Amino acid sequence: MITVNHYLILGSLLFAISIMGLFLNRKNLVVILMAIELMLLAVNMNFIAFSHYLNDLSGQVFVFFILTVAAAESAIGLAILVLLFRNMRSIHVDDMDTLKG
Amino acid sequence: MEFTSVVFYLLSAILLLAGLRVVTARHPVHAALFLVLAFFTAAGLWVLLEAEFLAITLVLVYVGAVMVLFLFVVMMLDINAETMRANFREYLPLAGLISGLIAVESYIVLGGQNFGLAAPVAKAADYSNTKALGRVLYTEYAYAFELAAVILLVAIVAAIALTHRRRPGNKWRDPATQVVVRKEDRLRLVNLKPTRPDTPVEDEA
Repeated sequence: MITVNHYLILGSLLFAISIMGLFLNRKNLVVILMAIELMLLAVNMNFIAFSHYLNDLSGQVFVFFILTVAAAESAIGLAILVLLFRNMRSIHVDDMDTLKG
Repeated sequence: MEFTSVVFYLLSAILLLAGLRVVTARHPVHAALFLVLAFFTAAGLWVLLEAEFLAITLVLVYVGAVMVLFLFVVMMLDINAETMRANFREYLPLAGLISGLIAVESYIVLGGQNFGLAAPVAKAADYSNTKALGRVLYTEYAYAFELAAVILLVAIVAAIALTHRRRPGNKWRDPATQVVVRKEDRLRLVNLKPTRPDTPVEDEA
């Protein structure tokens, strides 16, 4: 019998994997964006699991809006990435030190 | 073990393996393709959770649009995969430690009781998830729905404004100056008297 916990643990494992991805690929901006997408997927999994087991549609509405915002975010993120590459000929995170942060 | 359990374990194994390959793939193109696999498998899990509309949206919007955008950008950029992974092994212990901690903590929190949530009652055969979601979306959440549309519009404008560049050699017209043009600027009416030749032109031939 699959309970809500199975889905929650699956979501948290996916989240842990994407945190690991952020650490492992901290030089590569594209893979960092992909790891963020994976994190959003893990969070959406929790929302949908609770929506199913509580018999409440609000969770799915939330996932709908998260998908919208995530699509907008990745579009703008990739646009910034293209702009960075055009100006610096690299997407290496270490090269992005113009603000001296 | 019943059938849904088998499907769940199979799909979650594929999902976790695809997620692992996304973060460890040698080349970003491979990472993007494994991310496609992860989204597709997650859509399967969402069907298992009776969220059919969102599952199809995930495939259409993510696999169809966002991941194609990712692949497009990855292939457009000239990425040296080796220098990107320079300190990969060096970061591995810390990454494993932190993600392992997160996994263990969430297992401690989520592993035991299931929040008193029993399996939900099965829906009627003619229940439509899309219809129910649409009904809620256009009534209760109509305002948020329109805000989401505005966010998408802002994203379109921002993405185009960021990546658009004006090349020096291009011929272009300024629409503002075209719009403010009046008839008097362009058109001159000439009042010509009709003239008649004094003698009718004879045909030479």
